[in-house]
Amino acid sequence: MKNNNNFLKGVTDGLPICFGYFSVAFAFGIFAVGGGLNIAETLLISMTNVTSAGQLAAVPIIASGGTLIELAVSQLIINLRYALMSISLSQKLDGNVRMLDRFIVSFVNTDEVFAVASAQNGTLGRKYLYGLILTPYIGWSVGTLVGAAAGNVLPKSVIAALGVAIYAMFIAIVVPEMKRSRSTALCVAVSVLLSCIFRYTPGLKLVPSGFVIIICAVLASSLFAVLSPVDSVEDENEG
Amino acid sequence: MKDNFAIYLIVMAGITYLIRMLPLVLVKKKIKNRFLISFLHYIPYSVLSVMTVPAIFYAASSMTAALAGFAVAVVAAYFEQSLLRVAALSCAAVFAVELIITII
Repeated sequence: MKNNNNFLKGVTDGLPICFGYFSVAFAFGIFAVGGGLNIAETLLISMTNVTSAGQLAAVPIIASGGTLIELAVSQLIINLRYALMSISLSQKLDGNVRMLDRFIVSFVNTDEVFAVASAQNGTLGRKYLYGLILTPYIGWSVGTLVGAAAGNVLPKSVIAALGVAIYAMFIAIVVPEMKRSRSTALCVAVSVLLSCIFRYTPGLKLVPSGFVIIICAVLASSLFAVLSPVDSVEDENEG
Repeated sequence: MKDNFAIYLIVMAGITYLIRMLPLVLVKKKIKNRFLISFLHYIPYSVLSVMTVPAIFYAASSMTAALAGFAVAVVAAYFEQSLLRVAALSCAAVFAVELIITII
C-alpha cells in the first residue's frame, strides 16, 4: 500500500485549507470581538481550540458569563464528531507515526484536515501529517487576529460573501466522491435529507446542532455500512 | 481580560482536545470488523454533508445569494476544481448576487 510521508506534499495539500481558514477565522475574529471579547481572548480561543463551530457557540456563553457546565456541554456535543474522525484517522496512520505524533496531530484534526487526510490513497506518515496541519493552524490563528483587529475595515457585503467559503470547501470534498461511488452519493443524499428533517420539523429543530450532526451522520453511515459494505481498506480508498 | 476567562479557556480547549486526542492515541490496531470499516468509510462524507445542508442556505445575507453560492460550489466541485477555487467561485457568486439585489 502507498505510504504518504512527504512533508512538502503535506504542506501543499494543507495550503487550500489555510486560505479557507483565513477567511473563516477572519469572520470568527469579527464575530468574537463584536460579541464582547477582546483581541487577545479571541486569538487565544482560536490557538487553543482550532474548531469553528465550537468556538462560535462559546463566544456568547463566555461573553455573557454563562456557566462552565453550559460551556462544557456545548463543546462536548458540537465537537463529539471529532471522536469519529480521530477513530477513522487512526486507521490510516503509518507505522512511523509515534505516540507523541498522535498527541500533536490530534490537536489540529479539524473537519478539513481530516477530509483531506481521508482523501489520500494509502497510509499517512508523520512528515506528511505535520506538513498537512502546519499551514491550516497558521491560517486559523493569523486569520483570527486580523479579523479581530481590523474586521471593521472591510465592507459588510464582502464579509457576508465570505460566510459560504467553509461550506463550499466541504462541497468540493464531497461531490467528487459522489461521482465515483454510487453508495456514497446515496449516503450523502440520506444524510442531507435527515439534516433537513431536523432543521424544518417543529420540535426537532430545538435539538442542538452538535447533536443533529452526530445523529444524522451515525444513522446514514450505519444504514449504508449495512446496505453497501466496503470489502477492505483498499476498496475504501478506491471508493 | 475577564477574571475567569482563563477557566473558560481551559475547560473549552481541554474538552475539545480530549475528544480528538483520546481516540487517536487509544485506537492503535487496524479495525477488522467489516461493519466498522464501512461505517468509517461513509462517516466523513456524511458528517460534512450534514454540516453543509441546510446551513449554507443561511450563510449569506439573503437566501437567494446563498443558493447561488451553493449551486456554483456544486457545479465547480462536480468538475473537480481545487478546494480553494470552489470556495472562491462560491464567494464570488454570493457577492455578485447580493450586489444585484442591493441595486434592484
